[in-house]
Amino acid sequence: MLNIFITILVLMSIVLSIIAGTSQSLSTAILEGANEAISLGLSLAASMALWGGIINVAERAGIVSFLTKLIKKPLRLLFDNINDEQVLSFISLNVSANLLGIGNAATPLGIKAMKELNKIDGCSGKNTAMFILLNTASIQLIPITVSGMRLSHGAQQPWDCTIPTIITSLAAFITGSIIINAIYSKIEHKIRRKVR
Amino acid sequence: MNLLMAFIVAVVFVVALIKKVDIFDAFCDGAKENLKTAASLCPTLILLVTVIKMFTESGASDVLSEFLKPVTSFLGFPEECTSLMLVRPISGSGSLAVLDEILSSSPADSFAARVACVMMGATETTLYTIAVYFAAVKAKPQIGVFISSFSADIAGFIIAPLTVRLFLG
Repeated sequence: MLNIFITILVLMSIVLSIIAGTSQSLSTAILEGANEAISLGLSLAASMALWGGIINVAERAGIVSFLTKLIKKPLRLLFDNINDEQVLSFISLNVSANLLGIGNAATPLGIKAMKELNKIDGCSGKNTAMFILLNTASIQLIPITVSGMRLSHGAQQPWDCTIPTIITSLAAFITGSIIINAIYSKIEHKIRRKVR
Repeated sequence: MNLLMAFIVAVVFVVALIKKVDIFDAFCDGAKENLKTAASLCPTLILLVTVIKMFTESGASDVLSEFLKPVTSFLGFPEECTSLMLVRPISGSGSLAVLDEILSSSPADSFAARVACVMMGATETTLYTIAVYFAAVKAKPQIGVFISSFSADIAGFIIAPLTVRLFLG
């Protein structure tokens, strides 16, 4: 997928640079690209390492499990009659890891949640769609990566996008969950009719 | 906002001290883990930043944003962010490379740069996430999963310029 994508990008840029006569800047781009990538990598490494450290301290101090307990009840409302405590625990752990921006921890927990959901309905129901949406809406309390990049590009207040980011995530999540409810209530309606 | 970040760090350290966590040890472990992740990200970034830089320098990205201009200008969406919108759901490191390009070409405190950052922070590599989770259980995702996740992404892209205008004028 990505292989095709980058090949198309390269071909398109060559064709266009010949048409537009920008072949000079195209060849400098090839030389500069690696340089820029390394400085991007360095600034990412700095902010990721710092917050990775702080979040690891938070994890060992029990802040992740505290957050998990805190969000378990409101999370239950999003799912249709989940009585299995184990699924809900994995989902809550996954969401709290996402909230803190520990992607490395969130994915294995999310996979465990998926395995439990698979036992219930083969990952074909509304609950699975809702769980995936919780992960793809990327609700994160501290936008570490983005703020680090803004800092390295000279932003006055690198953190000032935090609140707009959280609100945008929430709005995106709400939109997605309205659509899930619309899609799956229709499906359930059809099934019910067939049963009759 | 700046004070809030310092406050979060302080709370974490105080709670850790009360719970008798070895702060130094825990911090270094976490930092080391993420340094490894950042290092493993670099080879991908070198490839993608180069390709995306070629794409923008050749003028191809201008053609693309010109093509999508009717839609983006209707939404009050900054043109500079069009390519980010297209790459974001597909590739995490690819969208990092695009965001870096946007931040280099427009000032970090400009409207376009802020919208790009909010878009980046508020959405995920949707296609990748769905692929990883469903591959793990060897199940096929239903169409509803794609529709709902992608409409959430689109909603995020539309809402991002609105929240930036609202909060950062």
